[in-house]
Amino acid sequence: MNTHFKNARLIDPETGTDILGDLFVAHGVIADSCKADEVVDCGGKCLAPGIVDIGVKVSEPGERHKESFASAGRAAVAGGITTIVTRPDTSPAIDTPETLEFVERRASNDAAVNVLPMAALTKERAGKEMTEIGFLMDAGAAAFTDCDRVVTNTKVFSRVLTYAHSLGALVIGHVQEPGLSAGGSVTSGKFATLRGLSGVSPMAERMGLDRDIALLEMTGAAYHVDQITTARALPALERAKANGLNITAGVGIHHLTLNEMDVADYRTFFKLKPPLRSEDDRLAVVEAVASGLIDIISSMHTPQDEESKRLPFEEAASGAVALETLLPAALRLVHAGHIDLPHLFRALALNPANRLGLSCGRLSIGAPADLVLFDPDVSWKLDRSKLLSKSKNTPFDEAILQGKVIATYVGGVNKTESLANA
Amino acid sequence: MTFRAPHLLGIEHLHPTEITTLLDLADKYAEDNRKGRAHRNVLEGMTQINMFFENSTRTQASFEIAGKRLGADVMNMAMQASSIKKGETLIDTALTLNAMRPDLLVVRHPNSGAVDLLAQKVNCAVLNAGDGRHEHPTQALLDALTIRRAKGRLHRLSIAICGDVAHSRVARSNIMLLGKMENRVRLVGPPTLLPSGVEEFGVEVFHDMREGLKDVDVVMMLRLQKERMDGGFIPSEREYFHRYGLDAEKLSHAKDDAIVMHPGPMNRGVEIDGTIADDINRSVIQEQVEMGVAVRMAAMDLLAQNLRAKRGAKAAGVMV
Repeated sequence: MNTHFKNARLIDPETGTDILGDLFVAHGVIADSCKADEVVDCGGKCLAPGIVDIGVKVSEPGERHKESFASAGRAAVAGGITTIVTRPDTSPAIDTPETLEFVERRASNDAAVNVLPMAALTKERAGKEMTEIGFLMDAGAAAFTDCDRVVTNTKVFSRVLTYAHSLGALVIGHVQEPGLSAGGSVTSGKFATLRGLSGVSPMAERMGLDRDIALLEMTGAAYHVDQITTARALPALERAKANGLNITAGVGIHHLTLNEMDVADYRTFFKLKPPLRSEDDRLAVVEAVASGLIDIISSMHTPQDEESKRLPFEEAASGAVALETLLPAALRLVHAGHIDLPHLFRALALNPANRLGLSCGRLSIGAPADLVLFDPDVSWKLDRSKLLSKSKNTPFDEAILQGKVIATYVGGVNKTESLANA
Repeated sequence: MTFRAPHLLGIEHLHPTEITTLLDLADKYAEDNRKGRAHRNVLEGMTQINMFFENSTRTQASFEIAGKRLGADVMNMAMQASSIKKGETLIDTALTLNAMRPDLLVVRHPNSGAVDLLAQKVNCAVLNAGDGRHEHPTQALLDALTIRRAKGRLHRLSIAICGDVAHSRVARSNIMLLGKMENRVRLVGPPTLLPSGVEEFGVEVFHDMREGLKDVDVVMMLRLQKERMDGGFIPSEREYFHRYGLDAEKLSHAKDDAIVMHPGPMNRGVEIDGTIADDINRSVIQEQVEMGVAVRMAAMDLLAQNLRAKRGAKAAGVMV
């Protein structure tokens, strides 16, 4: 199946261009021309590389009622995401080649998008013994992470980083000084005090980052910070990059578009880990994304059922679903003038693809035809009951969003259409 | 109606006129209580359930007496021993109780915001008897009434709140109430016991007790929980008493007619010297307990009026 997209507003993060033109897809890859079986008139709407989303929680194995590969795949297609890089913080954790193979099998049977599973860095994510990093890489692990758990024992962590470095494995860390942030459910400050909730100091993030940077100097490992959410952590990140360390950083979409005040009267759908920050922090992090200091924007998609959210705030589970809202929420940054579309897709598609050594995330000839066609301007109101994720824990319920996906193509196949017809 | 709220969840959302309305009514009840005049028709036929998910003797007794004096049928549920232990969620507990059709629900819970959550799920009036570190509105109201009666006004006073502000819901409610009524509030305590961002609440912060008490009209002491005295927040009990315990010498920096308050239960010799607590010329601690009953009577009276109005309107098919 060869497709000719005409009259498309081509958003190419690699060249940094945003121009009207044509795009050809032959045999699932982007080509310079083709004998088209189908011509798609894009009507001047945006055609961009599909989003590569690092850090998606699919609740298989263990909690399939919260999210399955089938439902996550549908949600990803609806959100313009063509590759999901899944987290190993399932039950049990993905810490052996056998469990990884289970995930790959489930994903290839059920998911409508590309799925790249990550594996745990330490057994049971307990921070004590390293997993079989070599075997797991052979089995297809895209990266290694203990997710929101910090390997507190620096000796263990330095050995894991050293070993991972020898195999060329990418390690993804959560930067947090766990002692300082213990027990907190919101960011410390006026709002936490007003609500009587115990706070996480923003300084805990910088301390965690400082430690990990020191370990990178020691070990030379390839390292990605899952989420930088505070202004105080940014200078350290900038220095580490300037010093030539193999470090990149990400941020979750909610920390770019919401702040601590959105928690309001104990709204648990706004309970995240790390917690939502002050408006000053949010703006600093947005600026860091625009400047490229922060490389990657993720959904940090975390499905939770109603029961785990309908609890007193401190007892409620953390996390929010975001596969379907990642792009519309990220477009808020474009509409607010913080960033242009090619730069946004650098953070959503090109940079994560490059970090994982993937050839997608760009519109160049020969790249896989993983594409998203979207209207950046149409506004709509989100109704959480209509989400395709099994879990509906979105902080954007009833929010007005601007920008909507028209179609998502994976390997040149229109998945929006094929799912609708399935 | 100058008191419109359907629940009493906190001071934060009360308007100054609502506070004044409630205190005026409480003042009347305080006088009637002293005269032994009963008002058993006010809550007649109404059911009040006290749900305490956290231990309490004084507050629970105060709410029980207040309800009985107004003629309510009062029931106490010891929630620590009940279905919560069997894994039932707070919302299920609320729905179960709601099905029994109570009129007034008095709730104390160890989690901040838990009482707000519960109030969303029931059809009756909810009174917050303390939620986590968040609010304890009836305590702040009874403190306000005590101050108003002792000082003759509740504005342009200088009030020092001393001790463990960080873990205190009493302090939060008081800071808000006293601020709304246009008083100058000072917080006095070691920095480890003051919450972050508190300077932004329009208060003055002092780490030195003598400076903090200088020329104040009211000294409000807070209880220091035993578990915080072990070196985690302060070095020791004796160092705390030396630096922050209220004794005659430190009190001498306040105005000569300054009153001393404490929400109880007191740790004599930790945050307050026994002789100060018992000094009838300075201490209004017993009066606070007495005003507690009157304030809770007033709060339940007003909420019951609003509840009846709402139900009446609903029965008549009117939107309110």
